[in-house]
Amino acid sequence: IMMETSWSCCTNLGPSGSSLLVTSDMSKLFQKPNFAQLCQQKKKELQGPRRSAKVHAYYGLKSPPYKLDALEPYMSQRTLEMHWGKHHRGYVENLNKQLEKNDTLYGYTMDELIKVTYNNGNPLPEFNNAAQVWNHDFFWESMQPGGGNMPIFDLLQQIEKDFGSFTNFREKFIEASLTLFGSGWVWLVLRRNEKRLAILKTSNAINPLISADIPIISLDMWEHAYYLDYKNDKGKYANVFMDHLVSWNAATVRMARAQAFVNLGEPKIPVA
Amino acid sequence: MALRSILSKNTIARSVGLGLRLGHVRGLKTLSLPDLPYGYGALEPVISEEIMHLHHLKHHLTYVTNYNKALELLDVAMGKGDAQTVVKLQSLIKFNGGGHINHSIFWNNLAPTGEGGGEPPEGPLAGAIDKQFISLGKLIDKINAEGAALQGSGWVWLAFDKELGRLAVETTLNQDPLVTKKATLVPLLGVDVWEHAYYLQYKNVKQEYLSSIWKVMNWKYAGEVYDKSRS
Repeated sequence: IMMETSWSCCTNLGPSGSSLLVTSDMSKLFQKPNFAQLCQQKKKELQGPRRSAKVHAYYGLKSPPYKLDALEPYMSQRTLEMHWGKHHRGYVENLNKQLEKNDTLYGYTMDELIKVTYNNGNPLPEFNNAAQVWNHDFFWESMQPGGGNMPIFDLLQQIEKDFGSFTNFREKFIEASLTLFGSGWVWLVLRRNEKRLAILKTSNAINPLISADIPIISLDMWEHAYYLDYKNDKGKYANVFMDHLVSWNAATVRMARAQAFVNLGEPKIPVA
Repeated sequence: MALRSILSKNTIARSVGLGLRLGHVRGLKTLSLPDLPYGYGALEPVISEEIMHLHHLKHHLTYVTNYNKALELLDVAMGKGDAQTVVKLQSLIKFNGGGHINHSIFWNNLAPTGEGGGEPPEGPLAGAIDKQFISLGKLIDKINAEGAALQGSGWVWLAFDKELGRLAVETTLNQDPLVTKKATLVPLLGVDVWEHAYYLQYKNVKQEYLSSIWKVMNWKYAGEVYDKSRS
């Protein structure tokens, strides 16, 4: 059973008057003798049990764009059930618990929340949970049943331009996954400043949003991502990801969107 | 067992060969995988045989192998005066060397329940624990809390700080050995909180692994290290 909502929001308007800006004094200014009475009436209407005005905004667990057994035999249903159902869900729930206690972080979008809680290298406690929620959403969408193969058209051309060949890119990506120390992620990103694709390794929860680079695909190299299926064989996991799991469709869409932010040069307009 | 000693002999032979080929014989001392002081299934049901097998023969051995490889490359680079490569190799050496150091301590930190595992500390260490942490239970709670809070991969340690003359609970990230945190810290007990240490058995319930591991904790070894480091 999967939950479809990615956002749910509920507000409690209490009697503290945060939603009402007029007081009985101002009613005299407006010369509406019954205004104060109307205000009181409205207050009583909205007043439920005595609670202070608190707005709760929660993040929900977004389900992957496929069933949990859809990536078999390359990523088992058991792994998806643990990884998404326990780890990813845990990050979401812990983030919600933290946000409940922290009014100043209310109102940020997920991207902004990550950047703000990263706090320029001195991360706040919410960072780990927020970033990991985002990272896992991005990771599920970086894979698809029947994935692998090769990218086509523009994305392939850009990879060939920036890495020499697709084979070279694939080799470098897998090498990055094998040389990461500890827990972390491997990313294909579009570097904003250099206007080119690059492979990035990050530790723990860190992601390219921090460096304002645009992520195109990611591979989770935390042990929990592959241990049940591949034990300590990181190489096999990374190769299987490249051969059977990576969604070049998702990558193409992200690349197209990225080009709204990064000018990669003149479009190739076919000449009649 | 025999296979492991063959592996280590090969490594030494290879490294010496390299040295001779390049014209200098630097007595390169490579590492070898230490044997487990007990059988692979001896820590059941707290730590499964499958995990012990993988942890020792795959993870630990890989650290040893990669450390030796890095050491050989370092030797070559030092001989050539290639400072760039020497510095570049540092992270590999710290990671793999640290992995070997930490796991070597870890195997000694554990003992089967019939052979002292889980028995509370005695002697000076017990006294120091009670004095500093009020009780053994409170110390264990502290270590478990630090382990649970650790994000990513790392270790939790009970250490003796030689400079301050007191015990300390410390965490290190990845495979950083305790000395990288402070040179005067002596590791008494370490708990591996890398996911590979518990995942197959405890899945994501790290807390259960942490609370269970005390049933096979070898406090006698910790006590011995403590006594030695205070002398």
